Amino acid sequence: MKADPKGVLTGVHFMDGDHAACEGALAAGCRFAAGYPITPSTEVVERFASRIPLIGGVFIQLEDEIASSIAIQGAVWAGKKAMTVTSGPGLSLMMEHVGLAAITETPCVFVDVQRGGPSTGLPTLPAQGDMMQVKWGSHGDYEIIALSPNSPQECFDLMIKAFNLAEIYRAPVFFMMDEVVGHMTERVHIPEASAIEIVERRWTKKRPGEYRVYESGADLVPEMVKAGDAYRIHVTGLTHDEKGYPVMNAAAQGKMVQRLMDKIRLRKDELVDVRREALEGAEIVVVSFGITSRVAGRAIAEARRKGVKVGHLRLVVAWPFPSAVIQDLAKRVKAFVVPELNMGQMALEVERAAFGRAPVVSVPHAGGTVHEPQAILDKILEAAR
Amino acid sequence: MSEVLAENPVLSYLRQDRLPHIWCPGCGIGTTVNCFARALKESGLDMNKVVVVSGIGCTGRVAGYMNLDSFHTTHGRPIPFATGLKLANPELKVVVYSGDGDLSAIGGNHFVHAARRNMDIMVVCVTNFTYGMTGGQVAPTTPIGATQTTMPYGNFENPFNLPFLADACGAVYVARWTVFHVRQLARAMKEGLAKKGFVFIEALAPCPTLYSRRNKLGDGVDQLKYYKEKSAIKNGADTKEAALSFQGDIIVGKFVDRERPTWLDAMNRHYSNVFQGKYRPYGQPYGVSNAKD
Amino acid sequence: MSDSEPAKKGKGAVFVQAEICKGCSYCIEFCPTHSLEFSQEFNSKGYHYPVLAKPEACSGCDLCGLYCPDFAIFGVRIKEPVKKP
Repeated sequence: MKADPKGVLTGVHFMDGDHAACEGALAAGCRFAAGYPITPSTEVVERFASRIPLIGGVFIQLEDEIASSIAIQGAVWAGKKAMTVTSGPGLSLMMEHVGLAAITETPCVFVDVQRGGPSTGLPTLPAQGDMMQVKWGSHGDYEIIALSPNSPQECFDLMIKAFNLAEIYRAPVFFMMDEVVGHMTERVHIPEASAIEIVERRWTKKRPGEYRVYESGADLVPEMVKAGDAYRIHVTGLTHDEKGYPVMNAAAQGKMVQRLMDKIRLRKDELVDVRREALEGAEIVVVSFGITSRVAGRAIAEARRKGVKVGHLRLVVAWPFPSAVIQDLAKRVKAFVVPELNMGQMALEVERAAFGRAPVVSVPHAGGTVHEPQAILDKILEAAR
Repeated sequence: MSEVLAENPVLSYLRQDRLPHIWCPGCGIGTTVNCFARALKESGLDMNKVVVVSGIGCTGRVAGYMNLDSFHTTHGRPIPFATGLKLANPELKVVVYSGDGDLSAIGGNHFVHAARRNMDIMVVCVTNFTYGMTGGQVAPTTPIGATQTTMPYGNFENPFNLPFLADACGAVYVARWTVFHVRQLARAMKEGLAKKGFVFIEALAPCPTLYSRRNKLGDGVDQLKYYKEKSAIKNGADTKEAALSFQGDIIVGKFVDRERPTWLDAMNRHYSNVFQGKYRPYGQPYGVSNAKD
Repeated sequence: MSDSEPAKKGKGAVFVQAEICKGCSYCIEFCPTHSLEFSQEFNSKGYHYPVLAKPEACSGCDLCGLYCPDFAIFGVRIKEPVKKP
């Protein structure tokens, strides 16, 4: 279906990534947001709070991120599309409800404008240190989806994708911005509503009595209903059967967890979204994401001037990790160079996928600013030697 | 023994395929649910629009037994989940049903803020003075002197007086009854279901297995006898005076029944002023506006 | 609880679903007419359950039903004696 024009601010704008992310959410049909103030993400909800009254929806600033991350799930089960917005310390508090969204298969979007950590760290300065946290942060086994925009325009475009993916897979989707992308102001083109494709929630056509809340078909994603529709559903964070009833045994646990993983793992190829640049014949491939991809661009250009054949692979969807793409490249490249604003998180994933076939050179950075392009260039040249 | 010739009037409000429930013999939670089912029956509400949300713990299991749309959420968080439900669809009647530990310890912050906002939800708190599911640890309600596994020499921490807390934070309806006072409890729940705004009903209930036994208080019936003997009904009592002590006097009654705009009504009223005709009231659950799409 | 008692003693009956009873005795203890007592037999879980020992005394007030934490008993007022189907 097409986007509801009420939420689409069609036109060409000069806006920052935080605001563009908000516009993306509104265009995607998000009509409920809950959040707690935290730098550098607050502008997203500030804009939502100012825009939503006349669009028709609700913003509520709650008492903390724990409340925000579960209020959105209540809103989803009442039929709305919903998001919460935060940064590292808030994300840590939300981990409890990442697990809840995963086990209850509640489609919702968590926006994380990353800043330096650990703990309070660097509130106003960038990092990309939450990449592993969103993948592994809540206890137990589950799968999530994470997107990584590198410009205000992508904050808009990919936010729509984030909401759509949440509905398709019924899983929590993370929108992994960082302080620089969030606060950078650029041209943002917002198309007509009729040009924006929206994935509607997969409402069941079954009638009460026939419908089972966690029964799924071939794609392993159950159909949904909402509270108030006479289905009398039970939804629990306990291990449950297809009826949604708690079942405390290994067989039920195995079946449920396997499906939660498989519904994303088995369709991981459909989820691959990478930007490939000059990969043909490249001896070195820089793997990057978010703001670092733009810094890496300069280092790559410089390396090419020095005669090194460098390709650039940018992760737009960071989770699930595009292992197959890396595996394929590992057969023919000399090395991977992975700059990121953390001490080497996604480099480990690249290493895992490369499986020893090509060395992986990490370019770590603790955050606080972006890399000096020279630091990335040095590693490219070192790897090319 | 009589045979079952007719259906228990509460059964249609329960998920019968899940009975018998997990609660211990003499546990008071089931009795509160019984009262709740009667209140639902008499409420005149469309049961397809009533939603029950629970947290974690023994009382947290209530959601799973109600034949309603029901959500068993995370520990301490049923109130913010319920907030999301209610705000996303104001047509729903949202009931949070959870225990004293869930609502006032781990969920205490959510509790005070939802009351402050006058979020339109009814909160039923089953207070059994202990963490039953985990084996009888000290709770924020455990009276001084009572022994619990994590207060093995007797509790020395000051407990909450929950009606006072709810009152101070702005709840529009505050009542406390015990599981001995079944008719009054059912009536309070019925009133609560009809009330608009943050409703708080505390139901004192025995935990024979972990609270009574550890404190040598006998079984469930003994605890109900204590409630009967020591309870004084004081409707309209100052909630400040309603603190509880170990096996001491209990003040029960309807303490608060007042009107305040709910969060949603306040939002609609405010935005209608700010934006004038451009604003279409959101939700309109209670005839705030007749505007239609 | 005086308001719960019927003004005059009509005739009543109770229905017990013995299998889900956990023998807490709330119904027996708080029956206003003391009509109930424990069964001699056990149910399959090993609990004694209530039986209507004094059917003539039962008013059908259903206070037992309201007290029951296990939804295992309820009372009804009857105009005519209960006939077994």
